[in-house]
Amino acid sequence: MNDHTDNIIVDTATRIFQDLCEPTIVNDAEKGVWPKALWDALEESGLPLAWVPDGLGGAGATMADGFAVLRVAGRFAAPVPLAETLMAGWLLSQAGITVPSGPLTIAPIHVDGHVALRDDGRLSGRARRVPFARNTSHIAVLARQGGEPAVALVAAPDLAISQSTSLAGEPRDDVSFDGAAPVAMRPVSLDEDLLVSFGAAVRLQQMAGALEKILEQSVQYALDRSQFGRPIAKFQAVQHNLAILAGEVAAAGAAADAAAEACSGPEISVAEVAIAKVRGGEAAGTGAAIAHQVHGAMGFTYEHSLHHATRRLWAWREEFGNEAVWARRLGRMVATHGADQLWPFITQGS
Amino acid sequence: MSFSFRFDPVELPPEAKELRQEVRAFLRQEAEAGTFAPGDGKGSFSREFSRKVGAQGWIGMTWPKKYGGHERSHLERYVVTEEMLAARAPTRAHSTADRQSGPVILRYGQEEIREKILPQIARGELCFCIGLSEPNSGSDVFAASTRATKTEGGWLVNGRKIWTSGAHHADYMIALLRTSPPTKENRRHGLTQFLVEMKTPGITTRPIINLTGGHDFNEVVFDDAFLPDSHLIGDVDMAWKQATDELAYERSGPDRWIETFPALVELVRRAGEEPSERLAEGIGREVAHLATLRRMSLSVAGMLQAGKTPSVEAAVVKDLGTNFEQALPDKVRLLAPQTGDSEPDSNDDRFEEALRYATLIAPKLTIQGGTREVLRGIIARGLGLR
Repeated sequence: MNDHTDNIIVDTATRIFQDLCEPTIVNDAEKGVWPKALWDALEESGLPLAWVPDGLGGAGATMADGFAVLRVAGRFAAPVPLAETLMAGWLLSQAGITVPSGPLTIAPIHVDGHVALRDDGRLSGRARRVPFARNTSHIAVLARQGGEPAVALVAAPDLAISQSTSLAGEPRDDVSFDGAAPVAMRPVSLDEDLLVSFGAAVRLQQMAGALEKILEQSVQYALDRSQFGRPIAKFQAVQHNLAILAGEVAAAGAAADAAAEACSGPEISVAEVAIAKVRGGEAAGTGAAIAHQVHGAMGFTYEHSLHHATRRLWAWREEFGNEAVWARRLGRMVATHGADQLWPFITQGS
Repeated sequence: MSFSFRFDPVELPPEAKELRQEVRAFLRQEAEAGTFAPGDGKGSFSREFSRKVGAQGWIGMTWPKKYGGHERSHLERYVVTEEMLAARAPTRAHSTADRQSGPVILRYGQEEIREKILPQIARGELCFCIGLSEPNSGSDVFAASTRATKTEGGWLVNGRKIWTSGAHHADYMIALLRTSPPTKENRRHGLTQFLVEMKTPGITTRPIINLTGGHDFNEVVFDDAFLPDSHLIGDVDMAWKQATDELAYERSGPDRWIETFPALVELVRRAGEEPSERLAEGIGREVAHLATLRRMSLSVAGMLQAGKTPSVEAAVVKDLGTNFEQALPDKVRLLAPQTGDSEPDSNDDRFEEALRYATLIAPKLTIQGGTREVLRGIIARGLGLR
């Protein structure tokens, strides 16, 4: 139960966030101040390109390392496109495209995304709610070339970007790719569905981290805050709520691990991602509600940092498919297998 | 500082995956032979079946070979347990001994008793029950007052245990008995674990019929029942030190989230290949919970394998698991396609039976083996709140 792990990459990330991702930085970022020192330190450490092999300009770390870093980033509500740059690096690497430096993001983030290459070598199509688009140097786009999936690397400054934000105050911009000429474009053997599944696994790590954070904050607050002459942590009703929160945090952590595993092999297991995003999304809702209840009015202020995690949980559970979307999909998979195959379905892979 | 409980992923070794197929083949064969009906409500009691499981080497799997064990891993044991439970195989004649009583005897029992009892358990020949609760000692386990008084060559027991599951079938009980009063410093002091042969003169077992109409739990009355010295398990007055790891074994297994699973299976059957959006979503949510719980439960098996004592993690799994399995029948009930007179479904009967059973047993799931409130207290202590 301390900050040191046996993973040097996680320790590096933790140190950077501790030094450069103070709550004031997160608040400033919401006002539109780019956290330059934080991003520069991350970039210097090579963490954003952890999933890019050496040969394509990256750090060549394992998938597990990258996912572990994302959990730390979630704990600190890092207001930078670290997750998005990791995803873009992964996507570009899948297509064998050399990855540029600078903050990156991906598009589309919806399964029905439809960016395509026109006959004149330029792109067409729009992508909604692209995370951090305005802050990036390039966007890795999963597009269609003659109907077949391909990855296009597009310089962000060339694009028409319409700014919007998530309910956590993070940039989620609508981007038009009409007429944009890709810097590079190569075929890839994955589709929008798998990209969204991968995105769900990424968000689950951040959610798991944010949930760890609110458990920590809530326990500490309950120990510090006195009412009726004793710390509220001594009241059984509060203890039981925190116990429920701890269970949800543990479940979300296990779900995030499952999704990460499912996205680390040669084939992405959509069923595992579905299970994880349903369970993790539920934990986010239940967990955030308890954290707020424990914090009372204090947690409802902008001044207190609880909302850095809870608002992100509410935003992230919605992205790359919410619980309902994934549950329907999972339910249909189960129905296709049939009742007598339910248990083998649940135990498959282990 | 992190307060989060870790459930690291566990990769099952190849031998565990092979074992799963062996267990499934065995269960298929037994079902075809008519030993039991798969999915038929609660796995019931069959000494014959337990002996067959013992002959397969699937009881006492992790114990040393010198005591009849098989020196296999906790993960392999986990696979066998979950396959048996998922199929509703009749494991009750050996499950308590395999899960709980055997490990306690192995760890704290006297050598003579280990050599005598453990091989019999491993062969599937001995059925155990657990003597914890008393009329005035339920969740407050350490308030037990059934007394063991020292006498020539052993102990004389007087008092009453209650809610003792399977006592009417059991050959032995592991009982928590009062040997000294509690001390001011430690109210858990003064209790001792004993091995009790149920045929001992002075022991009377009376049925308590539960609300399903079934006979599972009992009242066990001790009237000057004599226990030989060799039946002392561990140190006199010090049972509170021994109890924690026992609970880690008891609280994290598949039996803490799978009890109402047949209702979900039958819902999937009723749903057919093309369920409505609403039904698909409902099924998906429950499957997501179940699969995640299984992952966490497996992770605890991994911790046991690594030699840890994950008592708090086990409490987390049991709290999440029992709440899930308890809520499941109600979810199933409201999701199920409604049938009336005009369009009967050929699966109606088995669906209704599974749902009825799950609904009726639901209340006990968050009581037995430590109530929800007790578990949450343990988790709160793990968080440093008390």
